[in-house]
Amino acid sequence: MEKHLNLTLQVWRQKDAMSEGEFVEYQAKHISTEMSFLEMLDVVNEEIIRKGEDPIAFDHDCREGICGMCSMVINGRPHGPKERTTTCQLHMRSFDDGDTITIEPWRAKPFPVIRDLIVDRGAFDRIIASGGFISVPTGAPQDANALPVSKQNSDLAMDAAACIGCGACVAACPNASAMLFLSAKVSHLGYLPQGQPERYGRVRNMVSQMDAEAFGTCTNHGECEAACPKGITLETIARMNRDYIKASLTYRPEIASGGAG
Amino acid sequence: MSVAEQTLAGAGERSPGFMDSSVGRKVVMAITGIVLWGFVTVHMLGNLTAYMGAEAMNHYAEFLHTMIHGMGIWVFRAVLLTAVLLHIWAATSLTLSNHAARPVGYRKQQRQSATWASRSMRWTGVLLGIFIVFHLLHLTFGTVHPDFIKGDAYHNFVTGFQVPWVSAFYIVAQLCLGLHMWHGVWSFTQTLGWAHPRYNALRRNFATVLTVLVVGVNISYPIAVLTGIIH
Repeated sequence: MEKHLNLTLQVWRQKDAMSEGEFVEYQAKHISTEMSFLEMLDVVNEEIIRKGEDPIAFDHDCREGICGMCSMVINGRPHGPKERTTTCQLHMRSFDDGDTITIEPWRAKPFPVIRDLIVDRGAFDRIIASGGFISVPTGAPQDANALPVSKQNSDLAMDAAACIGCGACVAACPNASAMLFLSAKVSHLGYLPQGQPERYGRVRNMVSQMDAEAFGTCTNHGECEAACPKGITLETIARMNRDYIKASLTYRPEIASGGAG
Repeated sequence: MSVAEQTLAGAGERSPGFMDSSVGRKVVMAITGIVLWGFVTVHMLGNLTAYMGAEAMNHYAEFLHTMIHGMGIWVFRAVLLTAVLLHIWAATSLTLSNHAARPVGYRKQQRQSATWASRSMRWTGVLLGIFIVFHLLHLTFGTVHPDFIKGDAYHNFVTGFQVPWVSAFYIVAQLCLGLHMWHGVWSFTQTLGWAHPRYNALRRNFATVLTVLVVGVNISYPIAVLTGIIH
């Protein structure tokens, strides 16, 4: 049943990447428990705009839990207190009247704050560009079932492909490591036949791009798995480690005349 | 040039060396961790000879010093020293990367799955480093031992643990070893990629059983001396 809440918000305000940020307190009054967290912020922003001040800047797009934009740490948990839930799918019924809610951006060096709660997740795009693709010669479409894929591998690939690149894993990790994201992107291709030709080069390139972006390293706390709104598991990281070790042991440089006979 | 060639050329070119990469340094951490874990397990088993009396323990100590014409112990020492140094190097290097990755911290953080053991790895590691130095000065070189007799391992063992604060320090160090091992043993299986739903519970249980065994038996030594069971 719909109820109404009065809340105190402690929100991180930061003009741009160069500026120092600070927490600013706002009152959120008469918030319906049926609003989503982002709708609550919309209401608070309307009030701020009415006062002639700058509204709280936050990322959002699909508002149905699949785009990965609504990045914010709510009371110390990325995307808030519900498991496997993005901020846009988080409803105010998860809070109690009189609560104080602390809202912070993802905090990681590779994710510079653009403004307030918005961070630049371009580092993820560069990691994808370094290997998160397969090369498909274009032409007439193949028969749908020309390449047999086992049901299990198809399921595992789809589970890994559920990653929406939101960055909650990095935000939750005590080391700001991107291993869960990376392993999902390496594995969803690695489980399928189409991903095999570039499998080992891919994992090497993507790991080195991750390191170049200065993400932290994995110490197996498991915080990423707990924070992931799409349920990517630690097993995915182990699978990527396996591929990386094999790639490093068996890597051979390109030969200029390779394949010339 | 076909598409396949375009992408294959350059594959791996961007990659720095294995030891520079984050995963590579973690693998170094894991492999040296296995060596050190194997060592503490064998060390714990070897010391069980203390319960069999002076002759058994001194005989075992002599065996360690004379096996493979006296070369064996030096091979062991070289491997262990290399493993310890690499383990410390990897830990330091990874920790620095991790700290650099989050220059501005959170005001509020709610941990969901990190354990006491996983969060204290750096501190238990440093304490174990200090303990190892003390342990060597105490029972290998005898420098800090009040009554050290070279070659009489049993005597040094008993008189060493008869000092209460020394025993207390050993016990605290073993509890740190427990925390470090419990996360470490599970962690190396993860780093080396040994994860599978069929074996995931086994990995945790393996770490738990091993840790309890090693730490439990090791703690029993100073307690046995202090209570007079070994005298």
